[in-house]
Amino acid sequence: MTQITPALIAEHGLSEDEYARILAMLGRPPSLTELGVFSVMWSEHCSYKSSKRWLKLLPTKAPWVLCGPGENAGVIDIGDGQAIIFKMESHNHPSFIEPYQGAATGVGGILRDVFTMGARPIANLNALRFGAADHPKTRHLLAGVVAGIGGYGNCVGVPTVGGECGFDAGYNTNILVNAMTVGLADAGRIFYSAAAGPGSPIVYVGSKTGRDGIHGATMASAEFSEEAEAKRPTVQIGDPFTEKLLIEACLELMATDAIVAIQDMGAAGLTSSSFEMAAKGKVGIALDLDRVPTRETGMTAYEIMLSESQERMLMVLKPEREALARAIFEKWDLDFAVIGTITDGDRYVARYQGSVVIDLPVAPLASAAPEYDRPQAPLPAPAVIPAAAIAPAHDPLAALQQLMGSPDLASRRWIWEQYDHMVMADTVQRPGGDAAVVRVHGTAKGVALACDCTPRYCEAEPVTGGRQAVAETWRNLTAVGARPLAITNCLNFGNPEKPEIMAQFAGCLTGMRDACEALAFPVVSGNVSLYNETNGVAIPPTPTIGGVGLIEDLAHTASLALKAAGQALILIGGQEGPGWLGQSLYARQIAGLNDGAPPPVDLAHERRSGDFVRALIQEGRVATCHDIADGGLLVAVAEMALAGNMGLSLTLEGIAEANRHAWLFGEDQGRYVIACPATEAAAVIALSQRAGVAACVIGRTGGSELTLEGLGAISLAGLRDVHEGWMPGLMAAPATEA
Amino acid sequence: MNTGVIVFPGSNCDRDVAVALARAAGRPPVMVWHKETALPPLDLIVVPGGFSFGDYLRAGAIAAHSPVIRAVKDRAATGVPVLGICNGFQVLTECGLLPGVLMRNRDLRFICRDVDLRVDNAAWRFTAGYREGQVVRMPIAHNEGNYFADDATLDRLEGEGQVLFRYCTAEGVVNDAGNPNGSQRNIAGIINASRTVLGMMPHPERVADPDLGGTDGIAFFAGLMTALQ
Repeated sequence: MTQITPALIAEHGLSEDEYARILAMLGRPPSLTELGVFSVMWSEHCSYKSSKRWLKLLPTKAPWVLCGPGENAGVIDIGDGQAIIFKMESHNHPSFIEPYQGAATGVGGILRDVFTMGARPIANLNALRFGAADHPKTRHLLAGVVAGIGGYGNCVGVPTVGGECGFDAGYNTNILVNAMTVGLADAGRIFYSAAAGPGSPIVYVGSKTGRDGIHGATMASAEFSEEAEAKRPTVQIGDPFTEKLLIEACLELMATDAIVAIQDMGAAGLTSSSFEMAAKGKVGIALDLDRVPTRETGMTAYEIMLSESQERMLMVLKPEREALARAIFEKWDLDFAVIGTITDGDRYVARYQGSVVIDLPVAPLASAAPEYDRPQAPLPAPAVIPAAAIAPAHDPLAALQQLMGSPDLASRRWIWEQYDHMVMADTVQRPGGDAAVVRVHGTAKGVALACDCTPRYCEAEPVTGGRQAVAETWRNLTAVGARPLAITNCLNFGNPEKPEIMAQFAGCLTGMRDACEALAFPVVSGNVSLYNETNGVAIPPTPTIGGVGLIEDLAHTASLALKAAGQALILIGGQEGPGWLGQSLYARQIAGLNDGAPPPVDLAHERRSGDFVRALIQEGRVATCHDIADGGLLVAVAEMALAGNMGLSLTLEGIAEANRHAWLFGEDQGRYVIACPATEAAAVIALSQRAGVAACVIGRTGGSELTLEGLGAISLAGLRDVHEGWMPGLMAAPATEA
Repeated sequence: MNTGVIVFPGSNCDRDVAVALARAAGRPPVMVWHKETALPPLDLIVVPGGFSFGDYLRAGAIAAHSPVIRAVKDRAATGVPVLGICNGFQVLTECGLLPGVLMRNRDLRFICRDVDLRVDNAAWRFTAGYREGQVVRMPIAHNEGNYFADDATLDRLEGEGQVLFRYCTAEGVVNDAGNPNGSQRNIAGIINASRTVLGMMPHPERVADPDLGGTDGIAFFAGLMTALQ
């Protein structure tokens, strides 16, 4: 038997304290396989040991929430006996090491989390963060990640309908790949992971087990160093074709009554899936590892238990249904193996090649997992920078042009044209708008989907950043006319053992809590990704939010594209003061100022203006709407003009010259621009007064230019060239030395 | 009207085309599993888009050797019309029902977007819903759509009026600017010499519903159904 040495314990990412806990629990040293089990089960990735206490802050309940955090994915009710199941998950570390496979298997993993619960996946989204555009690795990583996401999602035939992508030097050596899947299920047929029924067979289906991805969960729970690339063997290889077969076979089986419990083998593979099923069901497990289908010879028990080979599922079946289930998987040419049984009691016992390799108590392993209240360091409060302290733009249209062609705001078409965003033939609003809209197949209902986070706000002031990430997601769903229902999230941060990182985490979570409560927008699933650091430098705090909203009637939605000439442009939500430029893209890109406080998020105002706009859309008064976010008002209207290929003119009446830049580029929150027939404008303004929401006409649609009255005009064609040209130009440029 | 859709493991536009066929034909198509060796009576056979067998060897190559394709070829030989869309087109070239081959896109990237197509020949039932020279808009979504054949084959296809769709600009000009994937002579869709088998890379089934941002697919299926009656 392998001697368990301090070096081996450290290699498994376990602290001395944690190992002492293991000895106390077992009354003996663990076997090597058992050490591996503890290593992954108590890793940050699987145990949430640093984050758990803060995650409890988040509201998780609402009348429409059918299942909150704790299962494979969250479940919400969308009426008519239908449910939406969704979750977001990170695959950051693997994607940096091997971008194509890292990103591809990220998509595969999140798809499994969703169809495991009985849903047919109907949409994928992704939120990506790369280093500076001119960093030597960025283009390689961007190309690989996008190809990997497309390669997987396109092949399984689930449309990739939206997401976001950002560039910042803070991600130079720690990119973020957050993938979200949304599925549709019968509300009465949701599948859970709690095992039950002693004597029931435990069945392994899908791909065979290989040596790939061993210790992926542990890798995802440690900082990087220069040697990161040497970890390439811990990145898994994706097989989207097998995943597609697995989806079809599982859904076919789920239409029967054969399944007692089901769980996908994701991070920490067979170990995590089997322990979770046993712990949730308060039963024991007896596994025969000799029966696990393997694709390599000579695999050890340790390797079988810790492999993260993809496209595998674990199920507990009703004994009398085993033959029926086997026939379905054989039809789809997938492996089907009974590898164990559910037992009475609390022991997890695994045998391999004639000996017992694991004999552990189930409940203590799960409940005795460490939980930390890690110390925080107070963060300095950023100063509020008045607009007057930020240099005005002598030529606002030139500033607009510069912003529209900047890495933050340039078109992402190069990315989403590599994703099949139309397969399944229900994509009503394609990528490029505020939220994607996917029809609920065979109905007139739709779901709106969006991903958001503004890391520079989170870095400047975590509480405000946390609020803003949730509020902006809510706003994007509102802007297409949807009623926002719930969110999932990926909480990407640095090393939680550092007090300042822990303070960022706690701050963002507090802000998210505030916004979720104020907007009745609960969290139903999520994922935490810590240790996003290389050589001691952390990423900007990035709590990515993925939101789902419901559109009851697709006849009443809005999109950002301007649709007709002669319409009135109305600013909804107004702002206090001249406009907030602190942490704006204008301040960063045009004035070269990176510090200062981000715009405050007044959640009562957010809710009022959003509810007002949504009502206008649902009543059919407004079909054109865009929220104001990065870049401010002028960027928002420019995006509307480009999307509709329709010019517009803005009035600057009543705006003092000294405040013009703040009005045009301020990033005050809770605001929208709508377009409606000019004859309707007075009625909309009257309604806004009754609703207590600021609204004013700021311009008119028409022509082929974007005009600032009294200042000049810019052609849409020129603006489009700049906006569309940046990313293709970046990716087509000759290779640089990496 | 009896229509049938062939389903391979990895097909993923089977449901989409079934919805469009059901709407146009007034009744749903028969879904035919790839392991079948015999086909029911059919007036139209559709080989749908997707990634049959993962496209792991070469797009469409493994599917071309599946049992059902033998039955499809037999039926095609008797004159039953066959329509292959996207991966279906790739399968039809791999199994020899259509000439040429679909290579990787010129830019070596997957492309999903609307493209403009010029209807080069509206004399056959597959394009009965259009008029010659009409410009229609449909999405493409493929990694291997770059049509290639030798010059003699291309000359013959053009000479015999077997090119039904060509990629073009919004104004209907067939040139490089309008060619998304590098296809020889901008070819997007061709029929066989006996005018019974059509392969096309664009997806008419994705624009056969006004909610989905296009309607040019409606005329495609409606015209086809009328012509088959």
